[in-house]
Amino acid sequence: MINSARFANQNDPLRIEAKEICVDYNGTVALYDASLNLGSGCICGLVGMNGAGKSTLFKALMGFVRPSRGTICINGVSVRRAQKDQAVAYVPQNEGVDCSFPVSVWDVVMMGRYGSMNLLRMPRESDRQAVFHALERVELVELQERPISALSGGQRKRAFLARAIAQRASVLLLDEPFAGVDVRTEKLMSDLFLQFKNEGRTILISTHDLSHVRDFCDLVVLINKTVLAYGETSKVFTQENIINTFGGMPPNLLSGPTTTEGYR
Amino acid sequence: MMIDVCIFSTSLNFLLDPLSHEFMRRALMVSALVGGVCGLLSCYLTLKGWALMGDAVSHAVMPGVVVAYALGLPFSIGAFVFGVGSVALIGFVKQKSRIKEDTVIGLVFTGFFALGIVLVSKIKSNIDLMHILFGSPLGISVSDVRHTLAISAIVVSLLFIFRRDLMLYCFDPTHAQSIGINTIFLHYLLLSVLSLSAVVGLQTVGIILVVAMLITPGATAYLLTDRFDRMTFLAILSSSLSSVIGVYISFWFDIETGGSIVLVQTFLFLIAFLFAPRYGIFKVRKSPS
Ligand SMILES: Nc1ncnc2c1ncn2[C@@H]1O[C@H](COP(=O)(O)OP(=O)(O)OP(=O)(O)O)[C@@H](O)[C@H]1O
Ligand SMILES: [Mg+2]
Repeated sequence: MINSARFANQNDPLRIEAKEICVDYNGTVALYDASLNLGSGCICGLVGMNGAGKSTLFKALMGFVRPSRGTICINGVSVRRAQKDQAVAYVPQNEGVDCSFPVSVWDVVMMGRYGSMNLLRMPRESDRQAVFHALERVELVELQERPISALSGGQRKRAFLARAIAQRASVLLLDEPFAGVDVRTEKLMSDLFLQFKNEGRTILISTHDLSHVRDFCDLVVLINKTVLAYGETSKVFTQENIINTFGGMPPNLLSGPTTTEGYR
Repeated sequence: MMIDVCIFSTSLNFLLDPLSHEFMRRALMVSALVGGVCGLLSCYLTLKGWALMGDAVSHAVMPGVVVAYALGLPFSIGAFVFGVGSVALIGFVKQKSRIKEDTVIGLVFTGFFALGIVLVSKIKSNIDLMHILFGSPLGISVSDVRHTLAISAIVVSLLFIFRRDLMLYCFDPTHAQSIGINTIFLHYLLLSVLSLSAVVGLQTVGIILVVAMLITPGATAYLLTDRFDRMTFLAILSSSLSSVIGVYISFWFDIETGGSIVLVQTFLFLIAFLFAPRYGIFKVRKSPS
């Protein structure tokens, strides 16, 4: 069942390389023996039940929780190093931020550029352009002056996605980016992800909408406290594996309607 | 016309007369400076939700001040050590026990404060407990002025250099860490700056009221704007202004200076609370939809 196919150019260091990581929260195991290898230019879907450890895997990849065992490399270097190089952008499932903070949408997206600026974080012209382009891509240009306290939930989600885009990272870790957004934004985001893939970036997305996986994920990782199956979507994303992932519940979703046809 | 000029010159005299006293010039300058420094820091503390932490650190520096006096060291060093030490202790107790954070904070800072009071009564020196507790900007010495200038310069330059990083740290520490910014450094930077500001603040309003200097201007400014940079500007302005007005009022009416400074600050907050354009109770203009 475990499929350890590698999708990488042989001479390129892997974008994400996680070897047998285990994570526990004060003794309760959330993730064990999870391995994952992702090369450049792919979209990988992360699927599992509530509490399966998807967010935990993201946090481990970002160094926010320390794995009790195993190693993680991003672009062939340590997570810390990769973060300093602005190689990895992360959009968490719930923004743990104070939304009444007195900053505008523009300011928030500009925060994605801080790592590339000098110590005083003075924006250059190139930073302003990156912010503007990111806002354009998520269609928030008109709202750029708004304080974030005056945004709707979905608009706020787009603002934080724009911040990750402005960072121009080669690895994007997006924890449930589609939760709570409308169909239009969903389409906009999936188009965006495909574009990033063609630019050679690597995107890891967790989602509860299985049609997304079929529509635009090249690879899929099925997890439930550990990686149950992993590989090309066409091979791994089978009825049997899905039933397995969701604890024997036949989700009957493989035959369900697709939102968008013909992505792949 | 004549009457106008008359009133103008009387009120001008009212403002200028106090300036003929050396001690008043010094008090006004120091209070305005301290007000500005604390006002700037207050933006970060109110946004980070560290009001209680500000209270804790400002009380916990007390034994440090006393010990430093007794040893003949600059009292900022003592305050710094005890300020940061108290926070480290708070973190330790919180981690090692099941007691909630606000309880731990209250527990640690009252302990430190009590230690300070005991030390003052035991160490025979020329420290006046009342000056530490209530401040005495009108009796500030030249060496204290120099001292305050030096600490203020350090605090302001640190806050200036790291202003964007600190803003990001208060807003979204997760993102700060994910772009490779050292958040542990920023955490301790903010705490160190807080300890130093508590030291300069206690010169004008004293330990008991210094927390007001560290939160009220930020809270006032927060009600007035949705932009961080404007908020820092407004906080500095309102804080310096209330310090100057407070010193004048205390001179004219012969009342405790620290109390009058903080009362003016509270008054400004009340005005913002009632009449702030968008977030006041009685909005002056309709908020744009
Ligand atoms: N901070 C924490 N402390 C203790 N246990 C935690 C913590 N965070 C998560 N867990 C536990 O770890 C397990 C995995 O959680 P995780 O958040 O990774 O799930 P998830 O796959 O992201 O679920 P969802 O689909 O609901 O987002 C869960 O059983 C959860 O209860
Ligand atoms: Mg999750």
